[in-house]
Amino acid sequence: MASFLSSSSPASSSADLNAKREAIMNGVRQEIALANAQELMNKANERCFAKCVTKPGDTLSNAEQTCLSRCLDRYLEAFNIVSRTYTQRLARERTSDIQ
Amino acid sequence: MEKFDEATQKELASFLEKEQAQAKLHSSIHHFTTLCWDKCITGTPSTRFSRGEESCLANCVERFLDTSLFMVKRIELQREQAQFSGVGA
Repeated sequence: MASFLSSSSPASSSADLNAKREAIMNGVRQEIALANAQELMNKANERCFAKCVTKPGDTLSNAEQTCLSRCLDRYLEAFNIVSRTYTQRLARERTSDIQ
Repeated sequence: MEKFDEATQKELASFLEKEQAQAKLHSSIHHFTTLCWDKCITGTPSTRFSRGEESCLANCVERFLDTSLFMVKRIELQREQAQFSGVGA
């Protein structure tokens, strides 16, 4: 049935290695991107829970949900502001080091 | 199992080094974001940052880095002074 799966024709070895190299690099990139997204979500979760759910009730109230979505948006914005400021500073320090 | 040739091994090594540096940078950004969020965002989140919040976030990063440089200088100065007084004693 799944004969097409096992019919791996021996491809030329250089193309094979090339594909392997690409696969390794993409795997690393993906893992890092995933870890990054998880970190961001965890931190936003913690911060926004602290800010928006001050007295946990039976369910998340509408007001809490509104607060949470705004908070998440603002957290991502804060991340971008910090990222921009930091990279600009690094670039500045680097050029002043050269001089 | 086939092995990568030397050039490819080197390429992968430098690729990993770059990715590691990038990851380190990102982890600092995560750290600064939480630090400065806690300092600057004191009210309930609204649909946009106020002017003050936005500049506070940027200033927070800059001043944190200044602080870190300041501390290093301070320690160096103290160590120098300790050395001089050590010679004098």
